[in-house]
Amino acid sequence: MNAYEEAAADRDIQDAGKPKRIVLEVAGLSTAYRNRSVLREVTFAVPEGELVAIVGPNGAGKSTLIKSILGLTPTLGGEAKAFGETIDAARKRIGYVPQRESVDWDFPTHALDVVMMGRYGRLGWFRRPGRKERAVALECLRGVGMEAFAERQISELSGGQQQRVFLARALAQDADLYFMDEPFAGVDAATEKAIVELLRKLRADGKTVIVVHHDLATVPEYFDSVLLLNVTVQAFGPTAKAFTEENLHRTYGGRIGFAGAGAAAAASGRQDDPAPRQDAVHTFQGGGRL
Amino acid sequence: MMDFWILLTGSLAAVSCAVLGCFLILRRMALIGDAISHSVLPGIVIAYMFSGSRDSILMLIAAAFMGLLCVFLIQWFNQRGIQSDASIGVIFTSLFAIGVVLISLNARQVDLDLDCVLYGEIAYAAWNTLEIGGVGIGPRSVWLLGGALTLILAVIGLFYKQFKLCAFDPLLAAALGIPAALFHYLLMGLVSVTTVSSFESVGAILVVGLLVIPPSTAYLLTDRLGRMIAISAACGVLSTFLGFLLAVWLDASIAGCIVAAAAALFAAAFVLSPKHGLMAGRLRRRRRSLEGAA
Amino acid sequence: MTGLWASIEALASDPNLRWIALGCMLLGLSSGMIGCFAYLRRQSLMGDTIAHTALPGICVAFLLTGVKSLPVFMLGAVVAGIAGTLAIRLITSRSRIKADAAMGIVLSSFFGIGIVLLTMIQHSGDGSQSGLDKFLFGQAASMVGSDVRLMAGVCLLLAAVCTLLFKEFKLLSFDPAFAKGAGFPTGLLDFMMQALVVVAVVAGIQAVGVVLVAALLITPAVSARFWTERLGRMILLSGLFGAVSGLLGAWISSQVSQLPTGPVSVLAAAAIFLLSVAFGSRKGLVVVALTRRGMRRSLEPAASASKAKEAG
Repeated sequence: MNAYEEAAADRDIQDAGKPKRIVLEVAGLSTAYRNRSVLREVTFAVPEGELVAIVGPNGAGKSTLIKSILGLTPTLGGEAKAFGETIDAARKRIGYVPQRESVDWDFPTHALDVVMMGRYGRLGWFRRPGRKERAVALECLRGVGMEAFAERQISELSGGQQQRVFLARALAQDADLYFMDEPFAGVDAATEKAIVELLRKLRADGKTVIVVHHDLATVPEYFDSVLLLNVTVQAFGPTAKAFTEENLHRTYGGRIGFAGAGAAAAASGRQDDPAPRQDAVHTFQGGGRL
Repeated sequence: MMDFWILLTGSLAAVSCAVLGCFLILRRMALIGDAISHSVLPGIVIAYMFSGSRDSILMLIAAAFMGLLCVFLIQWFNQRGIQSDASIGVIFTSLFAIGVVLISLNARQVDLDLDCVLYGEIAYAAWNTLEIGGVGIGPRSVWLLGGALTLILAVIGLFYKQFKLCAFDPLLAAALGIPAALFHYLLMGLVSVTTVSSFESVGAILVVGLLVIPPSTAYLLTDRLGRMIAISAACGVLSTFLGFLLAVWLDASIAGCIVAAAAALFAAAFVLSPKHGLMAGRLRRRRRSLEGAA
Repeated sequence: MTGLWASIEALASDPNLRWIALGCMLLGLSSGMIGCFAYLRRQSLMGDTIAHTALPGICVAFLLTGVKSLPVFMLGAVVAGIAGTLAIRLITSRSRIKADAAMGIVLSSFFGIGIVLLTMIQHSGDGSQSGLDKFLFGQAASMVGSDVRLMAGVCLLLAAVCTLLFKEFKLLSFDPAFAKGAGFPTGLLDFMMQALVVVAVVAGIQAVGVVLVAALLITPAVSARFWTERLGRMILLSGLFGAVSGLLGAWISSQVSQLPTGPVSVLAAAAIFLLSVAFGSRKGLVVVALTRRGMRRSLEPAASASKAKEAG
C-alpha cells in the first residue's frame, strides 16, 4: 500500500457513516447544436473528495457537459451549482483544464508564464503577477515534475509535457473542484503516471476532480465514480456499481471500447463547414447514439 | 521642421499599430484592421454631409462608430456560424459599398476624394496645424495620434494579463470569470480609434501594414509576449525612418515607402531569424540529416 | 409598372447596356462558383489580398510596355496575384506565421510597393500615365465593348473549368491528405484553384474595384451555405446569387444616374446574404429559433414529469 492509498483508506475510515458534502450539483442541464440534442436533462451530484470519470462515445457531449457546467457554452435549460452557490459565485474555487488542442502552442510565452496564468483569477482586475505568483507557479511546476522546463518556450515541449504544464496551471488555481477535459489524450506513459499521482494527491487533499476520460480500461483503476454519458446520463455512481458491461453496452450502443474510440477520432475533425464532412459526422453520431 | 513632424506622426501611428497588432495576429484576426479601415467610409461620408468639412470631430466620432459597428456585425455573424474571415469579408465590403454609393449619390455636396481617404498622404498631415489662442502647437495629427497612443498604452498596461490570457486561452479566461467579450470589444475599440485617428494622416494601407507586418517580424524574433510588443514597436519606428529616407530618395509616396521598409524588415527576419528563420530551419534540417547519416 | 417594363426593355435593347449586364452577370456567376471553394478552404479573404497585389503588377506592366491597355494590365495583375499567393504559401509553410497574418503581410506590402511605383511613375510625369490607377477603382459603366467581351470570355472560361474539375476541387477542399493519397496531383490542383481565384479577381477589379472585388467571391458563397449541405448545390446556388447580384447591379445603376455598378452589385449580394441569414433553410435565424423553441417544448414534458415523480 503506498502513501496515497493509505491516506485514502484513512479517509474512508474517518468518513464512514458520515454523509459526504455535495460539492457539485447539476440539475436538468440541456444543450443543443442546431436541431440536435447534445445533452438532455443531465442530472447528477458529486460528493467532496471524489475522482469522477465522465465516459462516453465521441459526440456524446462529454466536453460540452463540462463547458455548459462552467457556463462557457449556452444552454437550453437546467442549472449547475458548486458548493451550494452559482458557478459564477464559486469561480475562484473551480479549476479548469481545457483540451490541449484548444490553444495555440506557438504563442510567445514559456511554461512558467502559462502556469502563472492560473493565478490571474485570484489577482483581481488590476494587480499584476509578481514574485509571489512566480514562486507558486514554480512550486506547481515542481508538483508535475516540470521545474526543469520552466523557461522553455511552450511549442518546444512534447505533448505530455504540455499537458503537465496545463495541470500545473490548474494546481496554481488552488481550487477545490477541478474539471479536466481529456488530460490523458495523447500523452506518454510517464505523463500518464504523473497525472494519476497528481489526481490521487488532489483527492488526498480533499479536492474533487471531474475528468473527461476516453480509456475505458483504466477507469476502475483511476476513478472512484463514473458518469456514463451519451446525450443523457446512462449511469452514474461508484465505479464498482456503475461501470458494468450492461451499462457500457447501453452507452456505446454495442460498440464497446477502443474500436469505437478509433472510429470516432477518424470521423471528428472540423465539425462545421465543408459539406461532405458534415455527413460523415452525422453518420457516425447516428450509429453511436442509439 | 516638416520632416520632424512627418517622422513624429509616422512613429506615433507605427507604435500604436505595432502594439495592438501583436494581439491581433496572436488571435488570428490580422485582417480586422483592413476591415475596420474600409468600413469607416459611410460614417465619414455621412458626417461630411452634415458638417461639410473634413476636419470635424463629428467625422472622427462617426468613423469610430462605424468601426465598432463593423466589429460588432462581424462578431454577430460569426456567432451564427459564419467563419470569421468570411464574416469579415462580407461586412466590410458591404459597408464600403454603402459608402461609395453615398458618395456617388451626393457627388455635388460631397467633395471627398476616395484616394485621399484610403491612401492619405502623410506629407500633408504636417501642414494641418492646431492653434490655441493663435499660437501653433503642432500638427493636429500629432496630437490625435499621441492621444490615441497614450490611451492604448494605458489600457493595455492596465489589463495586460487579461488581454494576454484572452489571446492565449479564451476558454480558461472565461472559466476564471474574466469577461472575454468586454476585452474583445475593448481591443477592437482601440483598433478602431487607431485606424480612425491615423487614416487621414497616414492612410488606410499604412495602418493595415503597420498592424500586421511589424508584429509578424517580432513574432519571428522572440518567444515572449512582452518582448514581442517591444520589438514590434521598434520595427514600426525603424520602418518609419527607413521609409521616409526611401521616399525622399525615390521621390515616391511616404506611406508606401514605410510599408515597403516594414516588408523588407520582415523579409530579413523571415530569412535570418536565429530561431524561426528560413536559414535556421535549413541548418537544423541539415544537422538532423547529418546526425541521421552518422 | 410600365416604368419597370420600360427600363427592362431599355436594358434589353441598348446594346452597350446589354453587354455590361451580361458581363456583370457572368462575372457574378463565375466568382460565385469559385468563391465556394475559397470559402470552404477558409481562404475567404484571399480575394481581398489578391486584389491588392494587382497594383504593383499593373505598374510593372506599364513600366515594361509603356502602354495603357486592358489585356496588358490584366496580365500584369495575374502575374502579381500568383506571386502573392506563392508568397503567402511560402510564409505559412516555412514559418510559424499563420494564414491570416501572411495574407495581411502580402496584401499590405504588395500594395505599399505598388503605391511607391505608382507615385514614382506619376512624378516622372509625361502625362501619358494619368489614369493608371483608374483600373483599380472599378467603373463597369465606362467599360467599352471590347473590355466587356474580354471579361465575359474570361468568366465563361472560369465557370467551365470550375465545372469540369468539380470532383477534384471538391476532394481537395474537403480532404487534401486523402486526395494526395489517392494519387491526385494536389500541388497542381491547388495551384490551379489559386490561379482561378486570381483570374476571377483580376477580371472583377475593373468592374467593381480593388476593395469590393472580395465581395463577389465571398458573399454569394456564404449566402448559399445557408441553404444547403451539398457542395454541388452550394456552387450552383452561389453562382446563381452572384449572377443575380451582377444583373441587379447593372440594371439599378442604369436607372439612377451616377450610381456605380460595382457597389450596387455588392449591395445586391449583401441583400441576398441578409435574406439567407434570416430565412435560410439551414441555420437561418427563423429556422434556428423555431427548432430551439421546439426542443425547449419537448424538454418541458420530461421536466414536469420528473418533478411530478419527485413530488409523488
